[in-house]
Amino acid sequence: MKPLRLTLAAILLASGSAQAVEFKQFLAEQSTLQFVSRQMGVPVDGHFRKFAATLAFDPTRPAAATAKLELDLASVDAGSLDADGEVVGKPWFNVKAYPTATFVSSAIRPLGGDQYELTGKLTIKGKTQQVSAPFTFRQAGGNGVFDGTFVLKRLDFALGDGIWSDLSTVANDVQIRFHIVAAAAAGGK
Amino acid sequence: MSETRYTYPAMALHWLMAVLLIGLFGLGLYMSDLPLSPDKLKLYSWHKWAGVSAFLLVLLRLAWRVGHPPPALPAVMPRWQKLAAHGVHHLAYLLMVAIPLSGWLMSSAKGFQTVYFGVVPLPDLLSKDKPLGELLESVHGFLNYGLAALVVAHVAAALKHQLLDRDDLLARMLPLRRNR
Ligand code: HEM
Ligand code: HEM
Repeated sequence: MKPLRLTLAAILLASGSAQAVEFKQFLAEQSTLQFVSRQMGVPVDGHFRKFAATLAFDPTRPAAATAKLELDLASVDAGSLDADGEVVGKPWFNVKAYPTATFVSSAIRPLGGDQYELTGKLTIKGKTQQVSAPFTFRQAGGNGVFDGTFVLKRLDFALGDGIWSDLSTVANDVQIRFHIVAAAAAGGK
Repeated sequence: MSETRYTYPAMALHWLMAVLLIGLFGLGLYMSDLPLSPDKLKLYSWHKWAGVSAFLLVLLRLAWRVGHPPPALPAVMPRWQKLAAHGVHHLAYLLMVAIPLSGWLMSSAKGFQTVYFGVVPLPDLLSKDKPLGELLESVHGFLNYGLAALVVAHVAAALKHQLLDRDDLLARMLPLRRNR
């Protein structure tokens, strides 16, 4: 009797972590959205101060997960005051006409282990492109933590029109790094 | 007979650096007033590369100077003038080292790493810190105005020796002319 009880307990414990816990509640304070541009071959860090994610991710059913991101482009920190002023202007984000960028997921695919791939539509400055990004998922302190990176080609979104379309000064590739933290939905575990 | 002229390498480094530093000074003033544009980013990079080159040259120059002390100033020269000349020269060397250093540190603090000729990344000795970056920008500018004032005095003194005293002091730094 006793060994059976132990086995049962072990099974319950093992499945405990894989039990349906859905991470839904976006924690803005702990999440970051950074980017690295290359200017004259030199990597320059930037980030966005204001963005919000709406997500539902259950690690046992990743295929059913969804994610949506809304990004306040005016909240950009492009590395210097000069650059902040420039990048909200017409040649770049043109925030007067296009204040937000959005990402809407279309598929989330497990790649094995804690690796996943996120695919979806990214819209910036009225231009929509399909993008996909590998990310890792882990749980920390009861929260779900999503970390991923992908490379955005800025000219695909007409970011840097006119004089700035010269790719020898500011490279086309911009690396985007997201770190999203979400709490489990109420009722989880 | 003791040597009355600087060595050729010392002369070469003096004039090369004089041209480079005056160019860097003008470029620095010009570029920092430009509105942001790809050209501005290019000029900034060129300024930084040329500035790092000046730093390497001054290190070479100081190393050479240790092994090849400058010729003694003419015995007839008043003591105060000798002291002033030495003071100005030493201060100039100090600034020639401090200015590029402040530029390098400023760039690190502003979060724009210096990558020499786009190839050799210099380590960031400071991590990004905007207020510190702005402070170092002022320091860089301040030291530059200091060196500029010093160079004006230096050139005025050289011209005074040449045109008023007519002691041909300039020839000590010129490779082309026989000295006396
Ligand atoms: C001996 C060498 C150098 C000279 C003579 C020089 C001179 C100058 C001058 C005159 C300015 C304009 C200052 C002002 O507007 O008040 C300037 C600005 C600047 N320098 Fe240098 N510099 C030198 C080396 C460097 C180095 C090595 C770096 C970086 C690695 C550097 C980075 C900068 C930057 C980033 C600015 C612009 C600051 C701003 O944003 O306004 N400089 N420099
Ligand atoms: C950025 C500009 C310049 C800098 C930083 C500079 C710096 C110096 C320094 C540090 C020395 C001392 C060399 C030593 O003892 O090792 C020196 C010597 C000298 N410089 Fe310049 N110089 C500059 C431009 C000029 C110009 C434009 C002239 C000419 C009008 C000039 C004329 C001389 C002469 C004649 C000497 C030799 C002084 C002597 O006989 O001891 N320099 N310079």
